[in-house]
Amino acid sequence: MNAVLIVAIAILAYIVVSQIFRVYELIRELDGPNDRNTIVTDTENKVMANGFVMFMVLLFAMFVYCMEVYWPLRLPDAASVHGAKIDDLMNFNFLFVTLIFLICIVMLFGFCLKFYGTKDRKASYIPFHHKLELAWTILPCIPLTFIIIWGLITWNEITSTPPEDGIVIELYAKQFDWSARYTGDDGELGPLNYLLIKDLNYMGIDPKDERGQDDIVVKGVFHIPVGKSINLQMRSQDVIHSAYLPHFRVQMNCVPGMTTRFHFTPTKTTAQMREELGNPDFNFLLYCNKICGATHFNMQMDVIVDTEEDYKAWLANQKTVTEKGMIAVIEDLEENTSVVTSGLALK
Amino acid sequence: MSDHGHHHKESFITKYIFSQDHKMISRQFLITGIFMATIGTIMASLFRIQLGNPGEPSAILNFFLGDGWAPNGIMDPNMYLALVTLHGTIMVFWLLTAGLSGTFANLLIPLQLGARDMASGFLNMLSYWFFFGATCVLVSSFFITGGPASGGWTVYPPLSALPEAMPGSGLGMDLWLAAMTLFVVSSLLGGLNYIVTIFNLRTKGMTMFRMPLTIWALFLTAILGVLSFPVLFACVLLLIFDRTFGTAFYLSDIFIAGEALPAQGGSPILFEHLFWFLGHPEVYIIILPALGIGSEIISVNSRKPIFGYKAMVFSIIAIGLLSFIVWGHHMFVTGMNPFIGAVFTFTTLLIAIPSAVKVFNYLATLFRGNIQFTPAMCFAIGMVSTFITGGVTGIILADNALDINLHDTYFVVAHFHIVMGLSAVLAMFGGVYHWYPKLYGRMMNKTWGYIHFWFTFICAYGTFFPQHFLGLAGVPRRYYSNTEFPFQEDFVDLNFVVSVFAIGGTLSQGIFLVNFFYSIFKGEKAVQNPWRANTLEWTTPVEHIHGNWEGPLPTVYRWPYDYSKPGKDEDFVLQTVPLADGELDQGEDYH
Repeated sequence: MNAVLIVAIAILAYIVVSQIFRVYELIRELDGPNDRNTIVTDTENKVMANGFVMFMVLLFAMFVYCMEVYWPLRLPDAASVHGAKIDDLMNFNFLFVTLIFLICIVMLFGFCLKFYGTKDRKASYIPFHHKLELAWTILPCIPLTFIIIWGLITWNEITSTPPEDGIVIELYAKQFDWSARYTGDDGELGPLNYLLIKDLNYMGIDPKDERGQDDIVVKGVFHIPVGKSINLQMRSQDVIHSAYLPHFRVQMNCVPGMTTRFHFTPTKTTAQMREELGNPDFNFLLYCNKICGATHFNMQMDVIVDTEEDYKAWLANQKTVTEKGMIAVIEDLEENTSVVTSGLALK
Repeated sequence: MSDHGHHHKESFITKYIFSQDHKMISRQFLITGIFMATIGTIMASLFRIQLGNPGEPSAILNFFLGDGWAPNGIMDPNMYLALVTLHGTIMVFWLLTAGLSGTFANLLIPLQLGARDMASGFLNMLSYWFFFGATCVLVSSFFITGGPASGGWTVYPPLSALPEAMPGSGLGMDLWLAAMTLFVVSSLLGGLNYIVTIFNLRTKGMTMFRMPLTIWALFLTAILGVLSFPVLFACVLLLIFDRTFGTAFYLSDIFIAGEALPAQGGSPILFEHLFWFLGHPEVYIIILPALGIGSEIISVNSRKPIFGYKAMVFSIIAIGLLSFIVWGHHMFVTGMNPFIGAVFTFTTLLIAIPSAVKVFNYLATLFRGNIQFTPAMCFAIGMVSTFITGGVTGIILADNALDINLHDTYFVVAHFHIVMGLSAVLAMFGGVYHWYPKLYGRMMNKTWGYIHFWFTFICAYGTFFPQHFLGLAGVPRRYYSNTEFPFQEDFVDLNFVVSVFAIGGTLSQGIFLVNFFYSIFKGEKAVQNPWRANTLEWTTPVEHIHGNWEGPLPTVYRWPYDYSKPGKDEDFVLQTVPLADGELDQGEDYH
């Protein structure tokens, strides 16, 4: 079906272009000989001007087609509190710039048609017009001010201090997978030290630190509860990654050597979302959005938004890092540390 | 070829190779730029083949990339990243910085200002040869084991700093950095030369406000380059240190390939700041000459003065100044202080104002004109259209709250390709068609120019316009294959269509190449002032002579945009025509 469509479009485009040139060649012969490559004939001007208008029609047709077919395929309405605000702002902006786009493009190609050159006419000598110039310098400032203020209000809400009672989850990125780390019962994440990374302890959790011993680390899929603030911390083991959770309108880079943060509150559970979209296979996604190497295109993790009870039940079923044996072998570890830290100031 | 006065006869080498004549250097930059652009465009086609038909064997890929990088015709993911990296590097720096500024600044600054040559012909020559060296180094990186740099054209460390992270971060990255270092030297030598020339070598009567807008644009471009390229130089140098001498400017707490690295205390974000301190002015280094060229072509071919000459000048200056305080909008999701993020949003959206002024002035220039659609004019109109189409989405991306969700998606790809890439490329094509008679003394074939324009223009929109919708669906850029997520299946068709247009656009450049090279030798001989323009370059003889003007340098009496002035017989008045009694000059006599 698609192949047919594309071939049809290609043939149509070819016909349009070739017809334009046939007409133009034919008529040029009628104009008689002249300085062929220097002088543009009236006919050529007319053909080109009409070409631009035809192009404009095609462009708008493409725009309409894309809006029909691909606009509905955009990300579904945000599933987070701040995301809904981003959507509002986005929809307004989209409408606004579409309007500007349409007006300017119509003027541009319209003027091409209206004022294409002919031999019997002279252009108007209008070097400047102060009032007009002033008007279109100042007029754009008004919507712009509005957009800036609205945008900054939204931005300030998004980047405000996360609520104390939020759930702290650490997203840990490495080539080419994600892990999510939960605090365990103590409500605190254990400190990480990259010098302690060895074997199963791939995050470098300090085994001597009690805060870390009950931490929970999961891969492949992680769960969050609906309606609570999720205070994400991002870290990276090797290169810059970016934690992108598009359905929640969340994105933050994971940078080795530092911790970045982003907090959001999910508003819909996975089950609700599946029902809403009529897609039983729908999953919220986390994927990498900063070039990180060969398998960058497939560095993903599923996110399940549960009700609070389900979330608690799920979390209770998870083994801590100690139970999993991730931070078990203390002797080995000390040996490892001493080797790596020789000559280095261990923080 | 006739020699001017004190200039002596030159040998083949000093005339064609180590030339110090600005017109020859301009042609050298142009040809090198075209050569690199051909490579860069073919690269784009290759990765579009992969994106259009992911995982399907292709004989074309195998032909270009060989068994090592495309075994059985299936592209290696590392090679995909190398291709996007080099495509970006080549297009941004080689074509649209050196190719665009190098060609038109060298050609037009002396010719439009009435100078015999650049202030320093020697530095100018050096500028080209450093660029040539950079080109050789970059091209050589295609042929090494491990392949060329592949960390994206922004080469963020640690990915680019650690050979363990990807094969392209080995020798390929060293060569990239070496090439970029040479490139910066070339760019600085050129830029200083342009600035000095504009300040000192304007002919009698050529006041600043009688300069064509091309010169204003190239002037600001040179200033931006001179102020920002040294920062890239420092940035690149520190990366070389990190890679080679074990320093830790950009590296900290890294465990990779089974080993903890000793580096501590550095910050990859520092690199991003340094890089984008050049990187953002860089996009204006690309777009300003394009806008300048567009202004000139549109005014000449509308047979009308450019509307609001001084507003145009001041908006160029405003864009230039603002471009230095907006770099952080590339880094909204790096975890920067939210307050700083807010400031960058504010400054970035301010750029919309001078940009809008420019667009409206273009529209007003066309209004009640007598538009001559030369191929150059078609390209210039195309440039204005892409500047609008791509510019409006900048308003969305500048908003940090919106950028959270659009950052690094195809929406960004669409935005910057249209507003910066297409606008600059279209304007550059326009410039080549318009000044071809000055470059080679002949005309390019007009009919083939039109054909080239329409294919290019349609394919350009077909390629980039739909990509906005990929971005709105959350499809990230720089993905080797859009097959690993269920939602990407909706866009298989769209990706295919985009690839068809992209490859079609690439193939249509063959028309240009043939027209360009054929016309150098066989094109119709040009007349002195084929477009009936006002500026000084059209008062020089068609055949290039060293020193540009046979006799004394011309004297300028008026601004360059007296088209269709009432009371004149012709619809153009050369800048060298003295003012009539009581006639006022728009450049100097109005304030």
